[in-house]
Amino acid sequence: MGTFHQDKGELHGVTVVVDTDGPEVFVGRCHEVRPDGVLLLDADVHNAAAGTASKQEWVRRAAAYGVWAKHKSLLVPSERVASIQRLGDVATE
Amino acid sequence: MPYSPMLVKPMREELTSLGVEELLTAADVERWMGQREGTAMLIVNSVCGCAAGGARPAVRLALEGAVRPDRVATVFAGQDLEATARARGFFADIPPSSPSIALFKDGELVYFVPRHRIEGKMPQEIAGDLGQAFERWCATAAIG
Repeated sequence: MGTFHQDKGELHGVTVVVDTDGPEVFVGRCHEVRPDGVLLLDADVHNAAAGTASKQEWVRRAAAYGVWAKHKSLLVPSERVASIQRLGDVATE
Repeated sequence: MPYSPMLVKPMREELTSLGVEELLTAADVERWMGQREGTAMLIVNSVCGCAAGGARPAVRLALEGAVRPDRVATVFAGQDLEATARARGFFADIPPSSPSIALFKDGELVYFVPRHRIEGKMPQEIAGDLGQAFERWCATAAIG
Protein backbone atom coordinates (compact mmCIF):
# COMPACT_ATOMS: atom_id res chain seq x y z
CA MET A 1 0.00 0.00 0.00
CA GLY A 2 3.07 2.24 0.21
CA THR A 3 3.01 5.18 -2.10
CA PHE A 4 6.61 6.22 -1.70
CA HIS A 5 9.97 4.39 -1.63
CA GLN A 6 8.57 1.07 -2.78
CA ASP A 7 12.10 -0.18 -3.42
CA LYS A 8 12.85 -0.36 0.33
CA GLY A 9 11.00 -3.59 1.02
CA GLU A 10 7.59 -4.51 2.33
CA LEU A 11 8.30 -3.31 5.88
CA HIS A 12 9.43 0.15 4.80
CA GLY A 13 7.45 2.73 6.73
CA VAL A 14 5.88 0.11 8.98
CA THR A 15 6.29 0.23 12.76
CA VAL A 16 7.91 -3.01 13.83
CA VAL A 17 9.06 -4.88 16.91
CA VAL A 18 12.59 -6.20 16.59
CA ASP A 19 13.25 -8.80 19.26
CA THR A 20 16.67 -10.09 20.21
CA ASP A 21 17.89 -13.22 21.96
CA GLY A 22 19.00 -10.96 24.83
CA PRO A 23 17.06 -8.69 27.19
CA GLU A 24 16.61 -5.89 24.63
CA VAL A 25 13.66 -5.31 22.35
CA PHE A 26 13.32 -2.47 19.85
CA VAL A 27 10.30 -0.69 18.40
CA GLY A 28 10.54 1.78 15.55
CA ARG A 29 9.50 2.59 12.04
CA CYS A 30 11.35 0.26 9.72
CA HIS A 31 13.30 2.11 7.08
CA GLU A 32 15.08 -0.85 5.61
CA VAL A 33 15.99 -4.48 6.27
CA ARG A 34 19.50 -4.90 4.90
CA PRO A 35 22.34 -7.38 5.23
CA ASP A 36 23.95 -5.62 8.18
CA GLY A 37 20.75 -5.17 10.15
CA VAL A 38 17.38 -3.48 10.53
CA LEU A 39 17.43 0.29 10.26
CA LEU A 40 14.73 1.83 12.45
CA LEU A 41 13.59 5.45 12.55
CA ASP A 42 11.99 7.20 15.55
CA ALA A 43 12.80 4.18 17.67
CA ASP A 44 12.81 3.20 21.31
CA VAL A 45 14.52 0.30 23.03
CA HIS A 46 13.61 -1.53 26.21
CA ASN A 47 16.03 -3.52 28.31
CA ALA A 48 14.14 -6.06 30.38
CA ALA A 49 17.23 -6.61 32.52
CA ALA A 50 16.57 -3.20 34.06
CA GLY A 51 13.62 -4.81 35.84
CA THR A 52 10.93 -2.21 35.11
CA ALA A 53 8.89 -4.42 32.78
CA SER A 54 9.24 -7.67 30.90
CA LYS A 55 9.72 -7.53 27.15
CA GLN A 56 6.16 -8.77 26.65
CA GLU A 57 4.67 -6.13 28.96
CA TRP A 58 6.61 -3.32 27.30
CA VAL A 59 5.71 -4.46 23.78
CA ARG A 60 2.03 -4.81 24.74
CA ARG A 61 2.01 -1.21 26.00
CA ALA A 62 3.78 -0.10 22.82
CA ALA A 63 1.15 -1.92 20.78
CA ALA A 64 -1.63 0.06 22.45
CA TYR A 65 -0.26 3.57 21.94
CA GLY A 66 3.17 3.50 20.27
CA VAL A 67 6.54 4.56 21.61
CA TRP A 68 8.28 7.85 22.25
CA ALA A 69 11.01 8.32 19.68
CA LYS A 70 14.19 8.23 21.76
CA HIS A 71 16.43 7.59 18.74
CA LYS A 72 16.02 9.37 15.41
CA SER A 73 17.63 6.40 13.71
CA LEU A 74 19.03 3.17 15.03
CA LEU A 75 20.54 0.10 13.39
CA VAL A 76 19.84 -3.24 15.07
CA PRO A 77 22.74 -5.43 13.92
CA SER A 78 21.60 -8.50 12.01
CA GLU A 79 23.40 -10.90 14.36
CA ARG A 80 21.21 -9.62 17.22
CA VAL A 81 17.88 -9.86 15.40
CA ALA A 82 15.85 -12.84 16.61
CA SER A 83 12.53 -11.81 15.08
CA ILE A 84 10.77 -8.90 13.44
CA GLN A 85 7.03 -8.33 13.38
CA ARG A 86 4.56 -5.55 12.77
CA LEU A 87 3.64 -3.72 15.97
CA GLY A 88 0.10 -3.52 14.64
CA ASP A 89 -0.10 -7.31 14.77
CA VAL A 90 0.66 -7.43 18.50
CA ALA A 91 -2.38 -7.90 20.72
CA THR A 92 -2.96 -5.06 23.16
CA GLU A 93 -4.91 -6.99 25.78
CA MET B 1 10.30 20.64 6.13
CA PRO B 2 6.70 20.79 4.89
CA TYR B 3 5.91 19.28 1.51
CA SER B 4 4.76 21.41 -1.40
CA PRO B 5 1.21 22.71 -0.87
CA MET B 6 0.38 21.40 -4.34
CA LEU B 7 1.30 17.85 -3.29
CA VAL B 8 -0.67 18.08 -0.09
CA LYS B 9 -3.80 19.76 -1.48
CA PRO B 10 -5.52 16.56 -2.69
CA MET B 11 -4.73 14.88 0.63
CA ARG B 12 -6.43 17.73 2.46
CA GLU B 13 -9.38 17.68 0.08
CA GLU B 14 -9.89 13.95 0.52
CA LEU B 15 -11.11 14.81 4.01
CA THR B 16 -12.53 18.31 3.58
CA SER B 17 -14.71 17.06 0.71
CA LEU B 18 -16.42 14.84 3.30
CA GLY B 19 -17.31 17.89 5.37
CA VAL B 20 -14.39 17.39 7.76
CA GLU B 21 -13.41 20.74 9.23
CA GLU B 22 -9.79 21.69 8.66
CA LEU B 23 -8.05 23.26 11.66
CA LEU B 24 -5.14 25.33 10.40
CA THR B 25 -4.04 27.21 13.52
CA ALA B 26 -3.73 26.58 17.23
CA ALA B 27 -6.61 29.00 17.72
CA ASP B 28 -8.76 26.87 15.41
CA VAL B 29 -7.94 23.82 17.52
CA GLU B 30 -8.70 25.65 20.77
CA ARG B 31 -12.05 26.80 19.43
CA TRP B 32 -12.99 23.36 18.11
CA MET B 33 -11.89 21.49 21.23
CA GLY B 34 -13.52 24.14 23.40
CA GLN B 35 -16.91 22.74 22.46
CA ARG B 36 -16.87 19.74 24.78
CA GLU B 37 -20.44 18.47 24.53
CA GLY B 38 -21.10 15.42 22.35
CA THR B 39 -18.71 13.30 20.35
CA ALA B 40 -15.87 14.58 18.22
CA MET B 41 -13.31 12.88 16.02
CA LEU B 42 -9.98 14.52 15.25
CA ILE B 43 -7.87 13.11 12.43
CA VAL B 44 -4.15 13.83 12.32
CA ASN B 45 -3.64 13.69 8.56
CA SER B 46 -0.27 12.89 7.04
CA VAL B 47 1.55 12.72 3.73
CA CYS B 48 2.80 9.21 4.51
CA GLY B 49 1.67 6.96 1.69
CA CYS B 50 2.17 3.79 3.71
CA ALA B 51 -0.50 4.63 6.27
CA ALA B 52 -2.39 7.82 5.41
CA GLY B 53 -3.23 6.39 2.01
CA GLY B 54 -5.39 3.89 3.87
CA ALA B 55 -6.58 6.16 6.65
CA ARG B 56 -8.32 8.77 4.54
CA PRO B 57 -10.53 6.36 2.56
CA ALA B 58 -11.20 4.55 5.83
CA VAL B 59 -12.53 7.75 7.37
CA ARG B 60 -14.79 8.22 4.35
CA LEU B 61 -16.16 4.69 4.68
CA ALA B 62 -16.64 4.99 8.43
CA LEU B 63 -18.51 8.29 8.09
CA GLU B 64 -20.94 6.66 5.66
CA GLY B 65 -22.27 4.57 8.53
CA ALA B 66 -25.47 5.34 10.39
CA VAL B 67 -23.62 6.14 13.61
CA ARG B 68 -20.94 8.78 13.48
CA PRO B 69 -19.42 11.47 15.70
CA ASP B 70 -21.23 14.76 16.06
CA ARG B 71 -18.21 16.68 14.77
CA VAL B 72 -15.15 15.74 12.73
CA ALA B 73 -12.05 17.82 12.17
CA THR B 74 -8.49 17.40 10.96
CA VAL B 75 -5.02 18.83 11.39
CA PHE B 76 -2.19 18.10 8.98
CA ALA B 77 1.03 16.83 10.58
CA GLY B 78 4.21 18.20 9.04
CA GLN B 79 2.23 20.98 7.36
CA ASP B 80 0.20 22.91 9.90
CA LEU B 81 2.75 22.59 12.67
CA GLU B 82 1.21 24.88 15.25
CA ALA B 83 -2.26 23.39 14.90
CA THR B 84 -0.91 19.84 15.07
CA ALA B 85 1.16 20.56 18.18
CA ARG B 86 -1.86 22.08 19.91
CA ALA B 87 -4.07 19.17 18.90
CA ARG B 88 -1.57 16.65 20.26
CA GLY B 89 -1.67 18.56 23.54
CA PHE B 90 -5.16 17.13 24.03
CA PHE B 91 -3.69 13.60 24.10
CA ALA B 92 -0.27 14.46 25.42
CA ASP B 93 0.27 11.11 27.17
CA ILE B 94 0.23 9.31 23.84
CA PRO B 95 3.37 9.28 21.70
CA PRO B 96 2.84 11.40 18.59
CA SER B 97 2.25 9.54 15.34
CA SER B 98 0.61 10.34 12.06
CA PRO B 99 -1.75 9.52 10.68
CA SER B 100 -3.70 8.93 13.84
CA ILE B 101 -7.29 9.34 14.93
CA ALA B 102 -8.69 10.49 18.27
CA LEU B 103 -12.28 10.19 19.40
CA PHE B 104 -13.58 12.39 22.21
CA LYS B 105 -16.82 12.20 24.16
CA ASP B 106 -17.80 15.29 26.13
CA GLY B 107 -14.23 16.50 25.81
CA GLU B 108 -12.60 13.32 27.13
CA LEU B 109 -10.44 11.10 24.95
CA VAL B 110 -12.20 7.73 24.71
CA TYR B 111 -10.57 6.02 21.72
CA PHE B 112 -7.32 6.43 19.87
CA VAL B 113 -5.90 4.82 16.74
CA PRO B 114 -2.14 5.31 16.48
CA ARG B 115 -0.34 5.06 13.17
CA HIS B 116 0.84 1.50 13.67
CA ARG B 117 -2.79 0.33 13.96
CA ILE B 118 -3.39 1.81 10.49
CA GLU B 119 -0.25 0.70 8.67
CA GLY B 120 -0.70 -2.13 6.21
CA LYS B 121 -4.45 -2.39 6.76
CA MET B 122 -7.02 -2.06 4.03
CA PRO B 123 -9.37 0.94 4.38
CA GLN B 124 -12.33 -1.40 4.99
CA GLU B 125 -10.56 -2.92 7.98
CA ILE B 126 -9.67 0.45 9.49
CA ALA B 127 -13.21 1.66 8.83
CA GLY B 128 -14.53 -1.43 10.59
CA ASP B 129 -12.51 -0.59 13.69
CA LEU B 130 -13.72 3.00 13.58
CA GLY B 131 -17.30 1.86 13.10
CA GLN B 132 -17.09 -0.29 16.22
CA ALA B 133 -15.78 2.70 18.17
CA PHE B 134 -18.61 4.87 16.81
CA GLU B 135 -21.15 2.24 17.87
CA ARG B 136 -19.67 2.15 21.36
CA TRP B 137 -19.17 5.84 21.95
CA CYS B 138 -21.39 7.76 19.52
CA ALA B 139 -24.62 5.77 19.46
CA THR B 140 -27.49 7.50 21.19
CA ALA B 141 -29.02 5.32 23.89
CA ALA B 142 -32.67 4.56 23.28
CA ILE B 143 -35.01 5.93 25.90
CA GLY B 144 -37.56 3.30 26.76
